[in-house]
Amino acid sequence: MNSAVSLQKVSRHFGMVKAMDEVDLEIVPGEFFAMLGPSGSGKTTCLRLIAGFEQPTSGHIEIFGETAEGVPPYRRNVNTVFQDYALFPHLNVLDNVAFSLMLKKVPRVIRRKKAEEALDMVRLGGYGNRKPGQLSGGQRQRVALARAIVNQPKVLLLDEPLGALDLKLRESMQDELKALQKALGITFVFVTHDQGEALSMADRVAVFSDGKVQQIGTPEDIYKRPQSRFVADFVGSSNVLSPEFVYSIVGERRWASLRPEAIHVMASGNNVSRMTGTIISRSYLGPTIRLLIDLNGTQLHASVPSTEIMPGEGQKVTLGFAKDAIHLMEPA
Amino acid sequence: MSSEAAVLPGRGGIFGGLSDLFWRQPKLFVFLLLTPAALWLGIVYLGSLFTLLLQSFFHIDDFSGLVVREFTLATYAELFKPQNLDVIVRTVVMSALVTLGSIVVAFPIAYYAARYAKGRWKAVFYLAVMLPLWSSYLVKVYAWKLILAKEGIVGWVFEQLHITPALDAILAIPVIGGNSLSFSFIGTFLVFLYIWLPYMILPIQAAVERVPVNLIDAAADLGAPPVTIFRHVIFPLALPGIVAGSIFTFSLTLGDYIIPQIVGNGRLFIGQVVYTQQGTAGNIPLAAAFTVVPVVIMGLYLWGARKAGAFDAL
Repeated sequence: MNSAVSLQKVSRHFGMVKAMDEVDLEIVPGEFFAMLGPSGSGKTTCLRLIAGFEQPTSGHIEIFGETAEGVPPYRRNVNTVFQDYALFPHLNVLDNVAFSLMLKKVPRVIRRKKAEEALDMVRLGGYGNRKPGQLSGGQRQRVALARAIVNQPKVLLLDEPLGALDLKLRESMQDELKALQKALGITFVFVTHDQGEALSMADRVAVFSDGKVQQIGTPEDIYKRPQSRFVADFVGSSNVLSPEFVYSIVGERRWASLRPEAIHVMASGNNVSRMTGTIISRSYLGPTIRLLIDLNGTQLHASVPSTEIMPGEGQKVTLGFAKDAIHLMEPA
Repeated sequence: MSSEAAVLPGRGGIFGGLSDLFWRQPKLFVFLLLTPAALWLGIVYLGSLFTLLLQSFFHIDDFSGLVVREFTLATYAELFKPQNLDVIVRTVVMSALVTLGSIVVAFPIAYYAARYAKGRWKAVFYLAVMLPLWSSYLVKVYAWKLILAKEGIVGWVFEQLHITPALDAILAIPVIGGNSLSFSFIGTFLVFLYIWLPYMILPIQAAVERVPVNLIDAAADLGAPPVTIFRHVIFPLALPGIVAGSIFTFSLTLGDYIIPQIVGNGRLFIGQVVYTQQGTAGNIPLAAAFTVVPVVIMGLYLWGARKAGAFDAL
């Protein structure tokens, strides 16, 4: 048995609602695994099943080869960083971090030392005597992290831990989390609805939708080779091409995806061809300009470098893309 | 373009004018909100309290029976006479026991209501807790007198179960026992417990309800089994509620003079002494001094609770 976490046909139903439906998942020891999906897709339920807060309706869960069904959370060597941190408001930062050590009856001196080490690791050394209420959101997030890693769990679960932080802080925390994961060598399972976060941080990504796993793969797999319309649309907002459109280009009646950055856009002047469209809207995004183009009734997003000079809204443009940029997906 | 102007005209009239005035002068609004209550509390309530305090520094002339309006601590010294100290200790011990008993009985009920009761059951909970408060206090106390009487239902149940000797054994315990439950401190305790219970349940329920579920998840996640979660997370966070409830039960018991008169063994509590001293005995200074005792005890209690960190989670 060499999976850190293994889910076999795991379902979790709440009455009629199938929060998770026959999910199979293998998480490799030491990897940074992201569970990506919109809200209500089942990713958080999946995390809660691994943590032990929920029990599966059916199916089998193993953590490092040991059966996890029926095992309460306090007997699992798995720790969680909660979305809203869930710090104990009546304890100071040090006691929060040392909570699990206190429960294990680790002597006070060692407890203190280990908690301080964990706080140093998240760059919060010296904050031990403060109460959680006196910290900023980013600092609380770090305390939650220190509290979860102080015990060296086999698996660390992170439930949208960066969701409440502002963009700048989120980016620096992403780098820190990755560095921390490398340093500790612990398996990280990360839940997020932010595809950029999942792609940039994870070794592998599972895309959830409607209680099912749509696709599992490396970020590149997921981004470049989506297997379904949902994945293509949700991960990086690819253009989803209709079977008719695809047929007209490659001669196959299948759905396909086309990355916005794979489309070349040129001002068309007077040359009107099959690939001439009209710019419906343009948004300036800094490094790129995002265009929405109407091509004979099909709306396509194109992303062009902002260094290029682009015509404005309502202007005619000619589109071009390599044929193999069209990634074929399920048949019509 | 919208046909509406960027700035709408005032609504006009007295209410429109007041709305605009209060918006511009929020302090005026707060002043108007608080004035009636401040007048009531400041003059009627605090005023009488200070008059009372003043009275306690006078003393009564033993020969004439008239109040001597001179500053003296003699009346307070009287509180330390054995028979008076006896009353104070009895009342404080009873209040403490009633408070502890209320916590023990109220916590599970409040915990259930806060964490498990949903929808209809929540309504049933509130109704069950509040319903007794809607009926007359005296009716309830007299009902308890009958329940606890020798021929009452409690005695009957013991008889049917053929364990009357157990009841007799309990009643034979010195100090707290008596002829029957309704003439014993046990009876007084039970009635106090029943009457003040809602005042303990509601604050605890509110406090437990405010404990976020994810803190309980987090504690379990960090390795705490349910009992430990209770001890290290739920209890400390519910403590302000428990203290709030205990302020009610403790102070209400300290001041009550009806329950021990109806259900009890005739030994006096502070409230009864105040009642007789200011009435038949006509010793207003001593009655005032006795009244100051619960105020001082509650002050000490709150100070101690604060020192012990009971309000840290607030």
